[in-house]
Amino acid sequence: MDNLLEVKNLNVKFRLDGNQIFEAVKGISFNVPKNSTVALVGESGSGKSVSAMSIVRLLPKETAIISPNSEISFEGRNLLKLPEQDMRNVRGKAISVIFQEPMSSLNPVFTVGDQIAEVLRLHTKMTRKQAWARAEELMHEVGIPNPKLRMNSFPHELSGGQQQRVMIAQAISCEPKLLIADEPTTALDVTIQKQILDLIANLQQRHSMSVLFITHDLAVVGEIADHIVVMQSGEIKEKGTAKAIFEAPTHPYTKALLSCRPSVLERPKRLPVIDDFLRPEGVNKENLVQRKRGYEPNDQIVLEVNNLSKKFMLKDGLFKKREVAAVKDASFKLARGKTLGLVGESGSGKTTVGLTLMRLHAASGGEVLFDGVDLLKLSEKDFLKYKRRIQIVFQNPYASLNPRFTVGQILLEPMKIHSIGVDDQERIGLAMALLKRVGLPDVSFYKYPHEFSGGQRQRIAIARCLTMKPDVLICDESVSALDVSVQAQVLNLLQDLQDEYKMSYIFISHDLAVVKYISDQVMVMSEGDVIEVANSDEIYLHPKQEYTKKLLGSIPKGWQETAAA
Amino acid sequence: MSAVLNASHTPPPPAAPLHQVSPGLWQLAWRRLKRDKVGIVSLVVVIFFLLMMVGSYTGLVAKNWSKEVGVSYANPSFMAGAENLEAVRTKADANAPKIEPVDLSDIDPLAPRYAEWAERTAKIKTTEVKRAESLAFGGDKWGRDVLQKAIKGAETSIFVGLFAALFATIIGTTLGAISGYMGGKVGDLLEWFYNIFTSIPYILLILAFAAVFASSPQLAAYKGVPMVVAILAFTGWTGIYRLVRSEYIKHASREYVKAAQAIGASDSRRMFVHILPNVSHVCLVQLSQHVVQFIKAEVILSYLGLGVPVDSVSWGTMLAEAQSELVIGKWWQLAAAGISMAILVTAFSMLTDSLRDALDPKIK
Repeated sequence: MDNLLEVKNLNVKFRLDGNQIFEAVKGISFNVPKNSTVALVGESGSGKSVSAMSIVRLLPKETAIISPNSEISFEGRNLLKLPEQDMRNVRGKAISVIFQEPMSSLNPVFTVGDQIAEVLRLHTKMTRKQAWARAEELMHEVGIPNPKLRMNSFPHELSGGQQQRVMIAQAISCEPKLLIADEPTTALDVTIQKQILDLIANLQQRHSMSVLFITHDLAVVGEIADHIVVMQSGEIKEKGTAKAIFEAPTHPYTKALLSCRPSVLERPKRLPVIDDFLRPEGVNKENLVQRKRGYEPNDQIVLEVNNLSKKFMLKDGLFKKREVAAVKDASFKLARGKTLGLVGESGSGKTTVGLTLMRLHAASGGEVLFDGVDLLKLSEKDFLKYKRRIQIVFQNPYASLNPRFTVGQILLEPMKIHSIGVDDQERIGLAMALLKRVGLPDVSFYKYPHEFSGGQRQRIAIARCLTMKPDVLICDESVSALDVSVQAQVLNLLQDLQDEYKMSYIFISHDLAVVKYISDQVMVMSEGDVIEVANSDEIYLHPKQEYTKKLLGSIPKGWQETAAA
Repeated sequence: MSAVLNASHTPPPPAAPLHQVSPGLWQLAWRRLKRDKVGIVSLVVVIFFLLMMVGSYTGLVAKNWSKEVGVSYANPSFMAGAENLEAVRTKADANAPKIEPVDLSDIDPLAPRYAEWAERTAKIKTTEVKRAESLAFGGDKWGRDVLQKAIKGAETSIFVGLFAALFATIIGTTLGAISGYMGGKVGDLLEWFYNIFTSIPYILLILAFAAVFASSPQLAAYKGVPMVVAILAFTGWTGIYRLVRSEYIKHASREYVKAAQAIGASDSRRMFVHILPNVSHVCLVQLSQHVVQFIKAEVILSYLGLGVPVDSVSWGTMLAEAQSELVIGKWWQLAAAGISMAILVTAFSMLTDSLRDALDPKIK
């Protein structure tokens, strides 16, 4: 088979401040054959985006050093040696790129029509009128309803999925031979993700182009990739056809990636992590025993929520205000030592439920009964006593820890506020013990958050909550920002802590597979409404509502024999 | 591109020695500043000026700035031989032969005592000070050393600049923190207050404050340098307020503040223990920018006669004197005040830029 793109011995280094050099890509080689989809898979820091950006030479010139021995040959020409002028013709015309964040990749002050037409006029000899007409065709092709009207919309008037469609229309406007898609669906909801993936696969067939698909999620590429390249810390660990990678992975890292991610079909006691695969004795068999989930009739109820609702006032025009219901009449029960999963797409109100329970938002109605006391009716002073019993772990471990506090200060603060421990000596002892419990070394106590990786920071956030020994822990998308292998570790930690302390979790996530894995009961939300509440196996095997079925149907299936045929 | 950023953020972690506190963001900022050559040179210059200020305050240098040690408009020593018509004339005036006074003894009742007084005067020993023909950087009209004046003037100017900036930053940060964090009615109130201040032209506002302060009998005791500091601080906080407010609005909704709320931290704790250290770089940069601004403002005020009193010296009063001197070709007072101010202000501005770069947590 002919190769459209051949990457040979690509080596990229970055100059850090001082005289440090960081080798991001360590001499990798791979090919993209004509008319096929190649997926570049790896976790953050694996060098996948750097490799893709060096193909179009979009790396920052001041800091990135591409080794002179590297070669990127596209239709027989070495792109690394091309003069900047020629390179500009290649970019956008022969090779085009779709980025992760459509919101920040589109210019907010121009209409989407202008932005698509601009690309056409830059690279082809079309007149303004022709370009506009072609842009409208492209909008139609990528499936934007009513393209004539939408041409004059500004990016913020479109939804995230539609914005990504506009980006794709822009990318394919000049009939590129190679489309580089850098995590195009990571920022989107599952149902939208599925549509975009189908669209890319469809366009690839129709325009007979090649696609280089960059992602951290193996399950996503199972459905669309012909070849897969697995990368880790700048090296290629394994490459081969999708069939080979999914059915007979040879490298332990690939195996680990495939099994770290919770599956909707299985629920092992602990998720396997990468270390398990690198150990000679392999995965501990005991951990693979399936765990039983679900509420039992004699479960003790810790938290009972009745008809909780939250309305936001939005400004409408100059003086008018508009009421938007973020949560409508949500009712559920949380049992001791069990987990309630909250799933829904963005804007469904699942996070608002969590914040309202903590009184971080004032509720508009309903009651939250905790030990028979309605938390929403307590005064601020009385509520302080209950605050330590309900805690929350936020989504972004980079934002939820104060960068100017040491880990020690972070852990001691809640204990001081709630007078836990007699003196500082005892508190330091408790903090040290908790650090150990969440798997961090003692020295962490003296370090600042920026010295830790995402997964470690999330452990610190969990430890901060544990200092107060809460009865209920709300996990608001707590593992969504983490790499799959780290996600598995944190999920295992949460599970261990629940087994040990009998805490109850409210686990909020858009990731259906993760929710299915960790939850006893699942509540599905959409646009503020509670669609369905049931035990998790029940909901995944026999969904009653149409919306739940649609949501479950959008979960990336990973590798399936039929998809390849 | 996320991988690019991540990659640059994760250098291999060096093995930290046990139980040693890791470098905080301030230490990291200092390390970054140390690598910035311009920043370090500016820092050295600023420290030199500060030491000079302390030295002159304690009397180590420029103690005798007000002594008339040279001839009027003494030449700078590097042009000692140049003609100095003013000095010649003053001397000529002093040595002019006394014209015999008209005899008024018949109508002057004190006349009989003149002889006695002349005798007593002769008994008092007077030592004629030998006035220098040239001084290191020239002299002013009364023969005072311009270099010493410039050093003494620096003391006043830097003192005013530093303290006015410090107070303005405190006012601006406190109001900005309250307005940005609380929002709502309190925020609106402070916004209106801010609007009143910014709706009046700056110089006029200063003049208005100066007039009110000067006419108030209770405040008369603080006339002079403390009053200039107060006027500049009360009129100069608005820019800082605005910036700190927007930072607080941004930070109040950050997850780490929400997390602090979740563990039960009080409002004031969240405002000043959690958020303040995270916006402190803004305050610090504003502080140093305002030092520069206020040094210049003091010069303008003194030039207009609203600044420091006549018996003290500042760069502003020096510049005001220089106006009439320049006409007769005596440029050194202007040069001394102008050059020292330019060096300090430039160094301070560049230090500010370097500080901003070093303290920005995004550039790491």
